Amino acid sequence: MVKSFRGGVHPDDRKRFTAAKAIETMPVPDKVIIPVRQHIGAPCAPIVKVGDLVKKGQVIAETQAFVASPIHASTSGKVVEIADYPHPVFGCCSAIVIESDGQDEWAEGLPLTRDWRTMDSAAIKNAIRQAGLVGMGGATFPTHVKMSPPPEKKLDTFILNAAECEPYLTADHRVMLEQTDRIITGILIAMKALGVKEGYIGIEDNKPDAIEAMRKAVDNIVELSVVPLKTKYPQGAEKTLIYVITGKEVPSGGLPMDVGVVVQNVGTAVAIANAVEKGLPLIERVTTVTGGCITEPKNLLLRIGTTFEQAILFCNGLKEQPAKLIMGGPMMGMAQSTVNVPIIKGTSGILVLSAKDVNHGEERPCIRCGRCVDACPMGLIPSMLSILGERGKFQEAKAEYDLLDCVECGSCVYVCPAKRNIVHYIKLSKAQNAAMAAKK
Amino acid sequence: MNTSILILLVLTSLGLIFGFILAFANKKFAIEVNPLIHIVEDVLPKGQCGACGFAGCAAYAEAVVLNADVPPNLCIPGKEPVAKAVAEMTGKQAAAVEPRIAQVKCAGSKENAVLSHEYQGVQDCAAANLLFGGQKTCKYGCLGFGTCVKNCPFDAMTMSEEGLPVIDPEKCTGCGKCETVCPKHVIAMMPLGSKVRVNCSSKDKGVTAKKACKAACIGCSLCMRQCPHGAIEMQNNLAVVNPAICQEKCTEALCLTKCPTKAIRPVILGVVPGTEDKACAGCQ
Repeated sequence: MVKSFRGGVHPDDRKRFTAAKAIETMPVPDKVIIPVRQHIGAPCAPIVKVGDLVKKGQVIAETQAFVASPIHASTSGKVVEIADYPHPVFGCCSAIVIESDGQDEWAEGLPLTRDWRTMDSAAIKNAIRQAGLVGMGGATFPTHVKMSPPPEKKLDTFILNAAECEPYLTADHRVMLEQTDRIITGILIAMKALGVKEGYIGIEDNKPDAIEAMRKAVDNIVELSVVPLKTKYPQGAEKTLIYVITGKEVPSGGLPMDVGVVVQNVGTAVAIANAVEKGLPLIERVTTVTGGCITEPKNLLLRIGTTFEQAILFCNGLKEQPAKLIMGGPMMGMAQSTVNVPIIKGTSGILVLSAKDVNHGEERPCIRCGRCVDACPMGLIPSMLSILGERGKFQEAKAEYDLLDCVECGSCVYVCPAKRNIVHYIKLSKAQNAAMAAKK
Repeated sequence: MNTSILILLVLTSLGLIFGFILAFANKKFAIEVNPLIHIVEDVLPKGQCGACGFAGCAAYAEAVVLNADVPPNLCIPGKEPVAKAVAEMTGKQAAAVEPRIAQVKCAGSKENAVLSHEYQGVQDCAAANLLFGGQKTCKYGCLGFGTCVKNCPFDAMTMSEEGLPVIDPEKCTGCGKCETVCPKHVIAMMPLGSKVRVNCSSKDKGVTAKKACKAACIGCSLCMRQCPHGAIEMQNNLAVVNPAICQEKCTEALCLTKCPTKAIRPVILGVVPGTEDKACAGCQ
């Protein structure tokens, strides 16, 4: 039987555009724009100057802060500019622009060969930090931080988040089919570093070929098992995934490590394998370029710093006037104002939607139908949160309606007949509460 | 008949018993409140704006009566008369309240400001600011959703058709509520006697600022060089007027003559920002 959770919604998954298309490697662009901030946490500072020659995989921005991740050059060439550029998450951010020399040469000593079986936990974590790994599902939380829980937290389970519940996106799906062994290696390395003995791979059952492939791969590995999940959004939200697979509920305000679980994304698992075995930094990722306006939707292996425009042009451009450009999936992705933003470590998809796909409609007052309450996977009352946000009662939303437990999955907005911007009100309330806390 | 008399008797006696209990409790458990607090509270304007730094008028009244260190002139909307009355009641030294008024330091009207994207979310400035700092290319300017207007306790603000807030100088008490709710900090309080003001908040370099908005201060510093009293200085590509010097010494407002983008404006209270030219052609 496939496992599931309370609430959730069933949007049309639209994965058919790219699900059957093998990952294509996009040629290295002439110029890459690499933001110094591609993760949650402290920003990095550039350690190269304009005019410096850099090699692929060389560290170009670094910080001593723990919750941060170094940035590497994604191709070899010359640093031509360090200036503010548009950023897909922060709006604007300092970026290092490298003009490619066409050689695409690795920095000295890369790639190397290491046997992870002989490495201890600290060495593995260090290799992961050196390689600049972050959660590649979109949240971009530094991986080495996630893998270094405080000593009082005992970990027992590793979960590979292969649900890919966002509509349109197929990057993880393709990686599971094409790089199955790398994923398994990545999981085993992570499990060794964490000292956990139990590993699960959660995959939504709309990807039977991926379930089949992963099952075959874990056949003779006793610690690992594949768990088929019901196709329902947000199956891949960390907290619902943990609940569905282990039956444990992450406490309010807590982290997965509070129930002894670490969750990693498919792309991150591959990156862990590459970082630990070969010493390769995170300079490229698989991204789905899709949506109603893209002439030829594709799954692309892209260098960090490639612009959205270049990626879209590689898919033969647009076939109709776009209405919305989104980084990530349609449910939780970030709307963009320009195609000149670069791909960062957390860019799982580039979505160009036509006016037909974007049915916005006019926002109306809440009619208290309760559909959002049924849809909320966290068991909250989204209607009340939106009303309190609208009226400026931010503290009440936090104190009495568990504002901070909202994972912003957007299920409530999806079902709302009054087209209310519920998640936006929630984000506003969270931001206002944070501002009030900062003032005190 | 008997029943109705019985009901009347029972209810009357119950009423009497409970009445005595309440009367007893009122005497026995009475909380001593300084009556002066209520008298002072009655004098305050009841805007609940928080300009005094307390949670509301009642909280300020309590503090000013009970705490010797709380000065009587903190109520900005109440101005001189309230400060005097409070000082008299509490026996404190009366001090002056500098009259002030809110000013919007942005001329990024629909016509002037360039948009970077079309915004479809919650129609509120703080909400719009969450997405890349708002829909305008200029990241310092007024977002125009009227969060200040909604929050004004004295009904002194309206949104103009140009998409900028307008302050009614008759009603504005200078409480500063709009200043605190504005996510862009384009509203600031200025002394009533100011002669000129800089109608822009952009800290971008001239070229960038001009590209984003026709009415931007481009940081050319012409106004600074014009001013014989040194009342204007440049901070982060933006002209900043020192109101004290300007109020005291300025007689002919030379700074207004040279500004290439008309970002420095005479103070004409009650006129829509950015439309002073249309409203008053003769003031320059």
